[in-house]
Amino acid sequence: MSDAAQSLSGADSDPIKRVAAAQARVARRGFRARWGLVAPALVIIGFFGIGPLLITVVYSFLEAATYGGVIWNFSTDAYVQFLFERDIFDETLHFSWAYPQIFLRSILLALVTTVFCLLVGFPTAYFMATRPPNQRTLWLFLITLPFWTNLLIRTYAMFIILRDDGLVNNTMIWLGIIPDPLRIIHTDFAVCLGLMYSFLPFMVLPLYAALEKMDFRLVEAGYDLYADRWKVLRRIVIPLAKPGIVAGCILVFIPSIGAYVTPLLLGGGKELMIGNLIALQFGNARDWPFGSAAALILMIMVLVSLLYYVRSTGAKAGLGHG
Amino acid sequence: MSDENAIEAMGLTKVFGSGPDQVTALDRVSLQIRQNEFFTLLGPSGCGKTTLLRLVAGFEMPTSGDILLNGRSVVDLPPNQRPVNTVFQSYALFPHMTVADNVAFGLEMRGLSKGETASTVEEMLNLVQLGHLAARRPTQLSGGQQQRVALARALANHPQVLLLDEPLSALDLKLRQGMRSELKALQQRTGITFVFVTHDQEEALTMSDRIAVMSHGEVQQLGVPTDIYETPMNRFVADFIGDTNFVMAEVLGRDGDHLRCRSDGGLEVLASAAGDPKVGERVTLAIRPEKIRLAAGSGAEVTEITYLGTDTSYQLRLGQDLALDARVQNRMQGDEHFEPGQPVSISVPDGAARALLD
Repeated sequence: MSDAAQSLSGADSDPIKRVAAAQARVARRGFRARWGLVAPALVIIGFFGIGPLLITVVYSFLEAATYGGVIWNFSTDAYVQFLFERDIFDETLHFSWAYPQIFLRSILLALVTTVFCLLVGFPTAYFMATRPPNQRTLWLFLITLPFWTNLLIRTYAMFIILRDDGLVNNTMIWLGIIPDPLRIIHTDFAVCLGLMYSFLPFMVLPLYAALEKMDFRLVEAGYDLYADRWKVLRRIVIPLAKPGIVAGCILVFIPSIGAYVTPLLLGGGKELMIGNLIALQFGNARDWPFGSAAALILMIMVLVSLLYYVRSTGAKAGLGHG
Repeated sequence: MSDENAIEAMGLTKVFGSGPDQVTALDRVSLQIRQNEFFTLLGPSGCGKTTLLRLVAGFEMPTSGDILLNGRSVVDLPPNQRPVNTVFQSYALFPHMTVADNVAFGLEMRGLSKGETASTVEEMLNLVQLGHLAARRPTQLSGGQQQRVALARALANHPQVLLLDEPLSALDLKLRQGMRSELKALQQRTGITFVFVTHDQEEALTMSDRIAVMSHGEVQQLGVPTDIYETPMNRFVADFIGDTNFVMAEVLGRDGDHLRCRSDGGLEVLASAAGDPKVGERVTLAIRPEKIRLAAGSGAEVTEITYLGTDTSYQLRLGQDLALDARVQNRMQGDEHFEPGQPVSISVPDGAARALLD
């Protein structure tokens, strides 16, 4: 940059210098244009992403005030509280499973949701990708249709369908399959079902994008080389759809693990999930530092697993191109 | 087994779509492909040649008709149970596998042992001279190399028939010409029946033992390359293969094996006949440019000369409105040479012109 600036100020009749000066002007214009384009996004990310995140980090290292808010004293109590219980009488610390258990339960529920979304979403996306191009638009439209309604309303609808005298139970009783209503609502199953319903489009769309790009002559080549349907799926279709599978799983797993509305409505809020735990700390429990710490622990866990994933697949891809 | 035809198509019909959008891609096609033959399906795009290939491979089901492989009907078999392999138009190499894994795929699927697979893969890659690239990905190879991997992948399974769907169309001219002789040599070395689909008449003429010229879902003519070129059976074949002058003419009479015809411009020739035209009937004469002989004289006039390197092309005019294209090989400097505007006499050797009924 400084070289270019010099040649601009010292512009003379030397054509080489003139060309260099012109290149520098173009380069600087490009530089300004690029930053001009990303500036709005940077401002939004700074104000509404990084700013609140920093506040959360700071709060997690402070003491809780009795009626909410924080006292500006440095403390790691919030993090200690996550793993240990302080004895009321002698102040000693005992390891406690209470909070890690909530995290594990949330992770498990999110994993089950992700796996079921994949199992349901993959055939759906495959079906869509193998339709004639003019029909695909219609299917895409149908997949995105649930987004037209608010998530809260859709979850309430699920509640009405799943409750004891809801659509599912009444139909089964009417058909004589069961004598008494099944307990569906306020179970983990109901939470999983609700999460799956909410996030299924996030699985189908990246899968569809990956499968739609796939060259189906490769599938024919697989059959031509004596592979049966299962082997074509396992050896050709799934490896080629892998970027879509990964993207879909990430897009379903991350919002599932921090879900708030669905566990509250369909799970009845009896068994806490991480999202509810965090909300509780900022609400009734009035322990902002602990809420902040729980949120950060969740974020770090997600980040670490994502980084691990990127590293392991990135290394493999690097080897392939070497 | 050697007495059987490698492939026999019997009244094969394939209709795509239904109602008003219905397209008949193949219309009652029957043909036999012999053992160890380099057989070419030649025709313009949309003539049904690729559909025929896909029916043999099993990717499409025929609307009616039967396909026999070595005398056994295969129409009910899915592609993975047919003893044929395909080299696809754009190769369809698996991008997520190495070259060696691509070639090994079919062998693995058939349940060959690791040792057998590895040795066959090595043998095949050496056959196509790509042994040193076994660990590469297909995307890291040039078009010609990808082409060879596709060949090795198909040939590794020792299929009874190898189907090739325009395998050279994605290569540049120089590479294409090299691959032609390589393919032909490979076919002779392996003794596998090749069924080759192309729209390139030069490819077809240079490589094939026999050619089926197709148009509108039907076989127009089936024969050895010289038959296809020298004695086309109809106007489509004469037009599609090579350059041809088409001249309307009247049949004057029979002369031994030939028909005496007089063309619109007054040119009299002894033509070989496709079919059995009657005396006095109107026929189309197909005359190859290189068959026309020029000499100093009268009767025709040179209107334009194009120098083509090996040949010189002469545009000629006979009478009022008959234009002819003649081609003379440039053998030696000092050969007889004609200028635009010069009157010349033209003649066509007996039997060199072809009298066609349509």
